Amino acid sequence: MNALLKALALRSPGDMARLGVILALFGLILFGALRYDNFLSQYNILSFLRYNSMFALIALGMAFVIMTGGIDLSVGGTAAMASVIAALLSPHHWAAGLVGGIAAGLAVGALNGFIVTAMRIQPFIATLATMLAAYGTALLLAGNQSVSVSYDSGFTAIGQDDFLGFPIPAWIALLAYVAGWLVLERLPIGRHVLAIGDGEATAALMGLKVRRTLIAVYLGSGALAGLAGVILASQFGAGQPTEGVGWELFAIASVVVGGTLLTGGSGSIGATLAGALLLAMVFNILNFENGLGWISLSAYWQSVIRGGFLLIVVVLQARLMSRREEKA
Amino acid sequence: MTTIETQAGANTVPSGKRFFSLAGRYGTFVAFLALILFNVIFTPNFLSLQTLNVNLTQVATIVIVAIGMTLVIATGGIDLSVGSLMAIAGALAPMIFMGTLFPVPNMPVAVALALVLPVAVTGLFGLFNGFLVTRFAIQPIIATLVLFIAGRGIAQVMTNGNLQVFRNEGFQFVAMGRVAGIPAQVILMVVIAAIAWAAIRYTVFGRQIIAVGGNEKAARLTGMPVHRVKLLVYMISGALAGVAGLIVVARNSASDANLVGLGMELDAIAAVAVGGTLLTGGRANIIGTVIGALVIQLVRYTLLANGVPDAAALIVKAALIVLAVFIQQRAGKS
Repeated sequence: MNALLKALALRSPGDMARLGVILALFGLILFGALRYDNFLSQYNILSFLRYNSMFALIALGMAFVIMTGGIDLSVGGTAAMASVIAALLSPHHWAAGLVGGIAAGLAVGALNGFIVTAMRIQPFIATLATMLAAYGTALLLAGNQSVSVSYDSGFTAIGQDDFLGFPIPAWIALLAYVAGWLVLERLPIGRHVLAIGDGEATAALMGLKVRRTLIAVYLGSGALAGLAGVILASQFGAGQPTEGVGWELFAIASVVVGGTLLTGGSGSIGATLAGALLLAMVFNILNFENGLGWISLSAYWQSVIRGGFLLIVVVLQARLMSRREEKA
Repeated sequence: MTTIETQAGANTVPSGKRFFSLAGRYGTFVAFLALILFNVIFTPNFLSLQTLNVNLTQVATIVIVAIGMTLVIATGGIDLSVGSLMAIAGALAPMIFMGTLFPVPNMPVAVALALVLPVAVTGLFGLFNGFLVTRFAIQPIIATLVLFIAGRGIAQVMTNGNLQVFRNEGFQFVAMGRVAGIPAQVILMVVIAAIAWAAIRYTVFGRQIIAVGGNEKAARLTGMPVHRVKLLVYMISGALAGVAGLIVVARNSASDANLVGLGMELDAIAAVAVGGTLLTGGRANIIGTVIGALVIQLVRYTLLANGVPDAAALIVKAALIVLAVFIQQRAGKS
């Protein structure tokens, strides 16, 4: 057993957790493919990717924040605000909507970075406050109702069209994850992120630019949430100031299911993607299961099942961690 | 004249630190008084019983949940599941007294069960949170995230997402009833706050909560039942969320599992933070939490009563939270 683990280069419990989530994802896909006729149909795969790209983007930003030992509760509110701003700007040009939405996300990210680094307020409270402020701004700008996007400027293509037979939101998410992987594994800032998560004081003593790195991480999370908001507005044809409630916790769950510890200092980009897809697939499979007609589980079961998934993962993680501590 | 100047001179040396330490201790209370003063002057009909009733009944559920949250935060934890647990209690109660869950012999018994069972159930869910935190050493934010996600789903599955509408005077007394003209939910809020305040101040359990949050290792080494203390605070938080859930559905004469308690965890955490309990644990300021909740409620009321839209009130609330925590942290350092 140990030789096998060594062969797979699984050094830490974190690696095992990550392997576990990827295996679970493949297991779920296999289950779906064997059980349902149209599970691997082009239509199901493409609509699954089109819809869940937003959540994958947010989970990516969240993964980086969590690796520094922080948390970003503002992503849902940021996405809502960005969707409104993108919708308001979409009549001018599709790019205006895109850039405006991302800029809105960057603004929230900058504010988060400032409150966390300059005012030294815990990320949990800082981003809780900016979440409220982002929803407030979204509602003010939108006049308390959803804002229709322009259908003439090509803005709706971002969320609805395909490129090379693949949904554009999925391309965006794919590119973001490749970029995220490069940043974490190949750039100095990736190691800085992990070092800060291991211990901020130590990282500062080693001469790392802690503040700058933290601000960059919150900017990244904000920008990705803004991008998710743009896709939301484009896909559903409206900026929605009340959407995004609970997205932050879904993203946190994806990151945790992906084997990243909330204490920071470790993490994997690929496993985060697997975690987000795994949680999304629970809903997809539930739909198919209902379609078979044997059972009729309402959509409400999905949150119960997702919660159950999260429970299993965190309990397993905790056991792996404690086993390592006993050995050490 | 000279004496005043010398006093002022003596004060200016550490004035920055002094300002933050005073503001940290009394800032929330001063803000509370300032808000009342502002409203007395600028808001028409502020000094009326009706205004008092509106504000107190709206704040009651937040205060009740926030008191449980204060205890959890004092041990260095957090409870994200409170809103979902409110939904579970709110879904259970009408099912019990309307007899959809099991046949009930007569109405008084049914009402009594509808008041007790949901609170017991959410208390058990809270115990489950505590079990995850203590037995598996899972971080509280993740441990309670499980029931945050699954809890509302459980409430929705129980009711199939349907709205339960009812009229039941006995049950609705917790929200609609009055004792000596005071709304029952306000009395409930005051009683719960008083018990929590006394428990923190005068009981061994209260001191243990503070000790566990201040330095868990030291608390364990001195022989304190750290796990039992944590289990209990999560159970209390769950039970209090259940009480708040009962009040909300009784007030609305309806229970909507999709909406009961939605976002309550954030309101409660905000009240605790504004009230001066540090999120790092080791402190439990019950009176501060009550005033913190009142300040947040009054800010919203003040803005609404003066024609500022609800959305702008959210932004002000955000600024208030950041400012309050910032001042308290500065005060804590000096």
